Order: sequence, then structure tokens, then C-alpha cells
Amino acid sequence: MQKYSIFNLVKNAFSNHENWDLAWKDPTPKEEYDVVIIGGGGHGLATAYYLAKEHNITNVAIIEKGWIGGGNVGRNTTIIRSNYMHDENGLFSEFGMDLWRKMSQDLNYNVMFSPRGIINLAHSDAQMNAYARRGNSMRLNGIDAVLLNREQVKEIIPMADFSENVRFPIFGGLMQPSAGTARHDAVAWGYARQADSMGVDIIQNCEVIGFDVSAGKIKGIRTSRGNIKAKKVGICVAGSTNILAEKLNMTLPIETHLLQACVSEPVKPVLDSVVTFGAGHFYVSQSDKGEMVMGGDLDGYNSYAQRGNLPTLQHVLTEGIAMMPFLSKLKMLRTWGGIMDMSMDGSPIIDKTHIEGLYLNCGWCYGGFKATPASGWTFAHTIAQDRVHELNAGYSLNRFSTGNLIDEKGLGTKTWIS
Amino acid sequence: MLYINCPHCGMRSQNEFSYGGDASVKRPELNKEVSDQEWDNFVYNRKSLRGKHLELWQHISGCRQWIKVERDTATHEIFRTFKADEEVA
Repeated sequence: MQKYSIFNLVKNAFSNHENWDLAWKDPTPKEEYDVVIIGGGGHGLATAYYLAKEHNITNVAIIEKGWIGGGNVGRNTTIIRSNYMHDENGLFSEFGMDLWRKMSQDLNYNVMFSPRGIINLAHSDAQMNAYARRGNSMRLNGIDAVLLNREQVKEIIPMADFSENVRFPIFGGLMQPSAGTARHDAVAWGYARQADSMGVDIIQNCEVIGFDVSAGKIKGIRTSRGNIKAKKVGICVAGSTNILAEKLNMTLPIETHLLQACVSEPVKPVLDSVVTFGAGHFYVSQSDKGEMVMGGDLDGYNSYAQRGNLPTLQHVLTEGIAMMPFLSKLKMLRTWGGIMDMSMDGSPIIDKTHIEGLYLNCGWCYGGFKATPASGWTFAHTIAQDRVHELNAGYSLNRFSTGNLIDEKGLGTKTWIS
Repeated sequence: MLYINCPHCGMRSQNEFSYGGDASVKRPELNKEVSDQEWDNFVYNRKSLRGKHLELWQHISGCRQWIKVERDTATHEIFRTFKADEEVA
């Protein structure tokens, strides 16, 4: 594989950049693989990469219905954080933060990781108390957290509404300074390029239409490009999880819902952190191009549409304008939607299944992008060793029947309220 | 914008409604032994498929009645609506 470096950049400049290698190949599926990963999104690509890198398993295929990185890894708002209260979520995400920090060097691909900090705003004394508690829990798990008072928040985001007579006055906030953003497409492409270079077959435009299971053991998959035998199969398809589960006669604690995001026209640098509204569900950051990147609630009813509906967008942006009134002056550039695998307790599932050799990675709700490296790393471990790692031991499929839920927000099973 | 034909009030915009989830989920019957699997299926497990989906909505800014809506989860087309106690064939 050609290394991306300043020297190669200069060298290739002399030939008008026409002689770069392809970043990944377009192979025909082989008859059999040691491991087949279904889903060529961030998590699937990362899983294949860590299978090859950490476990020396390179006879691997990624099967993708569309094109790699065309689902949620290309549709998110690029936020990376580990500001969780529960141990399972905090330790898992903080392990991921470490992978994020090394990712550009590790993948030889600039993922533009920008640890600019995230601030969750508080709008009442009770919320400040809750944030103090969450911040303390984070610090006990080795995650950086700073409780900010109103004046400290004002120094960082003076453009927020600090006037006296607002419905939701800003009391302060909880900041994780090491949180940030990264270039989402680069993450998918970086993982794909490295996985490909280590021998992983990335097979696009290939839809999984069935599974071959016999005597409780996975034997292979049936696809639109023929049958593929596999010793092990990992499902990593986010919002399409239920569609594949039905083919396996499984019913999962997952519902598929639509989440929208949008960006404004680009403006000069105004916001250098990620900010979330505490009296509803809205968050904003500014991209390197200058666009304000915004998102919030689910559309609120089961959906596979991958496109949004205006009432939710209006509701979310009303919150945004309440928080930062200047946003009302901006023109909307783009809106889009992705389909989320909403789990019944808001936490993911990375586990074995009742079928030997079949592994499941789903339930990422709003937080799939930031989990990409940690999800891939632990899923690769689970598949390679046929046992869960201590980092994903809590993300078990049977935690719902055993009552060991990880309900970070205490919302219960109404996945569309959030 | 979805337009939902409330069986009590007629066609209204989705802004008047609040969602209530999968209407095909049945609570296990009383006065009989209920297995863990049955409780699991009732509380947590959902089919949530692409295509026709029978779901509960409440006309919260209208008649406040719960209704059932048959809707396509891929196209958002609404086929039929029912009163909450109507059996859906």
C-alpha cells in the first residue's frame, strides 16, 4: 500500500496525481471466508480492520448492500465524547477516546480529530446537581469533566442567550474538554483502506438475502451475488438490524427510527466547541468549512425512510434558536436523515447469539459514530475469541431478560421519546 | 408532514398526535403462568420491520383518544386508521 505522506504528495504532484493507487479494491466474492462482516459502515470496517490487525484474521469479507460509508457513518454529526455516568458506557467510550487520539497515525489517514470539548448546558439548580453527579462519576472512571458556572460558560460561548428573561436561563454546564469531532467520511475510508491492504475483501453492492444455519451453527450467507460460506458471521448493520433478524427468526429489543441533522450555510469561525441544549434535545458544532452542524430529536415514529419530516426539524431548531438566537439569521444549506437502531435501554449490544458463530453488533441509538473504533475493536475481539471482552461484557443481548439494563437516561422502553 | 385520519375527528396534521408505538404487542393474559420469554417479548422485543406497521397514536391535541394507524415505515404512506378497540384483520 502506498503510504500517504508529504513526500508522496510532492512526488505525485509531478504526475498530476494521476498515479495514486486505488484506496481499496473491488474484489469478486470468494467461495468461503473465515469471517464475514455484514455491513460496510464505520463499525463493520473497523471490525474488519481490528480482526486483521489485532487477531491476524485476514480471510475476511465485508458485505455491503450499497456503498461503504453510505449509511450512518456518512450521515452523523461527527461528535466524539465519553461523558457517560454508567461504568459500562464510560469505560467503553473512554477506551474509544484513546483510539480516536491515535487514529490518524494508526490508519495513515487524516481523520481530522479535533478535541474541541463538549458542553452540556444546565438550565436549573437540579440539572446542575445532576451534572455534578455525572461529572464525578466520569472522573472516577478517569474521564475528564469540568463543572462550569454561568460566567465560565459565558466566556466560552458568549453568543448563547444569557439575557435575564429567557424561558431556560443558562445556570452552567458540564464540559468534557477532551471530547470533540472528526471527519466522518475519513474514518470510514481510513479503516477501509487499511483493512483492504491487510487482505480484507470489501464487497459492495451485495445484499444479504438469507442465512445458512444448520444444527444451531452458522454455515454461511446467501447474497444477491451468490452464496458465501463462512465460519463466523458478524452482523453490523445499525438501522437494518431488524430486517436481518427477521431472516433469522429473531426478535430483538431494537426499533428502527429516523434521526435528522442539518447544516447551515458556512460562516466565519464563531463556535469552537460542541454545545448541547439542556432543556430539550438540540446540539450544535461548527465544521471546519464553517457550517453550523445541528441535530436533535428523532422524528418520533418507526421509520426506514432515511429522509426527514419538517415538524421535527422545526421543533429542534426552535430549541436551537432559544439557545443561540443568532442561528435564526442563518440559511439552511442541507438536511438529511439516517435510520437508528434504537435499543430499549439506550445502550448498544455487542454479543454472541444463540446461533454458534453468529455475532451481533447493534443498538447504537444516537451514539454510533463516536463508538466506531471501540465498537470495532471489541466486536473483533468477540468474534475472534468467541467470547466478549470485559469492555463489552455489559452490552449483552440477555441483559433485558435478566434485568441488567444500562439505562443511561432512565427513559425506559419508549425508544421514540428521547 | 403526515396527515392522519382520526376515526373520531377526521383528517388532521401529525402535530396534533403523539406516538404510542407498535400496536400489535399484546400484554400477556392475566391469571395464567407467564414465562420470562413472554414478558421479554411484551416489554422489549419488537419486530420493527420495513413496510406495513400497525401502531398506536394518541390524538393528544384533539379528541385525546388513542387510535391505531396502519402505516408504511419506508414510504410513510398511511393506509387505514382504526379506533383503539377495533380489531384489525
